[in-house]
Amino acid sequence: MMIPFEYLEHTADVKFRAYGTTPDQMLSNAAAALFGAMISPGQVKVEESWQVELEAEDLEDLAYQWLSEIVFLFETESAVFSRFQVALEEIEDGKGWKLWAEIGGERMDPERHSFLAEVKAVTRHKFAIKKNERWCIQVVLDV
Amino acid sequence: MEIEKIDDNIYEVPVGYRPGMRVPGRIFVSAALREMVEPGTVDQVANVATLPGIVGHSMAMPDAHLGYGFPIGGVAAFREQGGIISPGGVGFDINCGVRLLRSDLEADAVQPLINTLLDALFQAVPSGLGSTGRLHATDQQLTESFLRGAEWAVGEGYGVEADLDFCEENGSMPGADPSQVGVKARKRGRPQLGTLGSGNHFLEIQRVEEIYNPEIAKRFGLFKGQITVMIHCGSRGAGHQICTDHLDVLSKAVRKYNIDIPDKQLACAPLGTPEADHYFGAMVCAANYAWANRHIIAHWTREVFDRYFPGSQLQLLYDVAHNVAKIEEHRVEGKKERLYVHRKGATRAFGPSRTEIPAAYEGLGQPVLIPGSMGTASYVLCGQDKALDLTFGSACHGSGRVMSRSQALRQFTGKEVKAALNRDGIAVRSTSPGMLAEEAPQVYKPSGDVVDVVHNLGIATRVARLVPLGVSKG
Repeated sequence: MMIPFEYLEHTADVKFRAYGTTPDQMLSNAAAALFGAMISPGQVKVEESWQVELEAEDLEDLAYQWLSEIVFLFETESAVFSRFQVALEEIEDGKGWKLWAEIGGERMDPERHSFLAEVKAVTRHKFAIKKNERWCIQVVLDV
Repeated sequence: MEIEKIDDNIYEVPVGYRPGMRVPGRIFVSAALREMVEPGTVDQVANVATLPGIVGHSMAMPDAHLGYGFPIGGVAAFREQGGIISPGGVGFDINCGVRLLRSDLEADAVQPLINTLLDALFQAVPSGLGSTGRLHATDQQLTESFLRGAEWAVGEGYGVEADLDFCEENGSMPGADPSQVGVKARKRGRPQLGTLGSGNHFLEIQRVEEIYNPEIAKRFGLFKGQITVMIHCGSRGAGHQICTDHLDVLSKAVRKYNIDIPDKQLACAPLGTPEADHYFGAMVCAANYAWANRHIIAHWTREVFDRYFPGSQLQLLYDVAHNVAKIEEHRVEGKKERLYVHRKGATRAFGPSRTEIPAAYEGLGQPVLIPGSMGTASYVLCGQDKALDLTFGSACHGSGRVMSRSQALRQFTGKEVKAALNRDGIAVRSTSPGMLAEEAPQVYKPSGDVVDVVHNLGIATRVARLVPLGVSKG
């Protein structure tokens, strides 16, 4: 079975690779890896959902926007997330990509939620998407 | 090509170490610290050396470690003509910095009350992940903080006018352009004004343990056994989002202006272009926000001290930025030139010949504040003119990580780290005890070793060592 994501060694920050048989699945898994660096998903109940819609010129820019959006929502909604469902569509004539996502989670509760790290931002350092037998995205987070 | 030792504490990364380098790299470390510099960090020094308009050397301070874009501890200056500006040389936490307050209190008087004080500070200064303030700033106030920084905070009743002399840039950097700050950055920044944040940010009660230079210490108002308070934080979500948003714009600018960059985080724009101006204007907003933030936190700290020690005078010794790009005048090949100096995890360390240092420290140089990791000593140094020749007036900003966060989490638990600190007589408060593990003292280089290099190079001279009595973490 394919692992959804894995964390790699990085001295100061968090580096991960997330995989998928489709780019949609890869971006769902990447979101889970990002949030998993902050809090164990077992601590998060899915009580509410948030919708995200994004558009970008290429898949890499879209992926960057998507992951940055999760950090933005975490802070501005004071919410923690554990479920990410992504659907992608390539705009005709290769003019770009669209993303729709539904994020499941709950409002932050300092009594119950114990954090492992704070993700400040998604960096573009060594940010890359590759497709071989499966899709793979590599990300370094600023924590 | 090999890295070459060219002097005690100076290693050179030759042009040709990687293709496209315009200048050599320089890493300022001792032989022992050299062993701890990962190959990835050297690559990052070399990458920065390929950027257009770089002057002198691409540099890494003694605390250098692997970052993104620039290494942490990276310094580079770019010509106004032909140079660039890059958020990769500033980081997401724009104007993350350190502020030191000195009291007239002796440690013996404060020690019995340390837990009470720490509880009160933990209450008074909101901290933790996504923490929001007790300030409830309006949109107008947010804009004012972007434009005027600490000066705005003083007008609102936080701190006093005299404090401004003791902030780098007087706590208010010119060139802010709030129209370049997006809605998202405003939305994150507004509720967080007046918060400490989390991660490696802290508020610490310290004792002056050792004075190295009695003459300078006296002028800085430091004495052995004295209580000081150190505040380490930055521009919070406002800065993070400003960097994220402009990185997007600058990634496109790289294609537009046909700049070859070896790392996407080094996205940049030629100085003088709209993209460069817009990023600079927004970055200054975040820098000013951070100065306002530290000013507000310092004010609340003073209120707490005043409650338990009425009349205690917490004076601002100095406030330094360690993630910022600034326009500074430097001597290049004998001529004065305006440069865009990027310091990412590096502190300005101007010596006595510069006019930017506070009048009170005339003839000495600016205070250089080097925080230790949680539980280890912090240092006060004084900038020297030699730094202008060697590092465009820059020194290190901390001790530098040697162990990854994941490794730290495997080796320690937050509980163990807290117990160990308590055994050493250091009280700790934290909103996320789990996060203490990744900031364990063992994950950093010994701060004394890093400071020795700065002192021995003559960049800044050692003045005092401060040890923690109580730490409040996010």
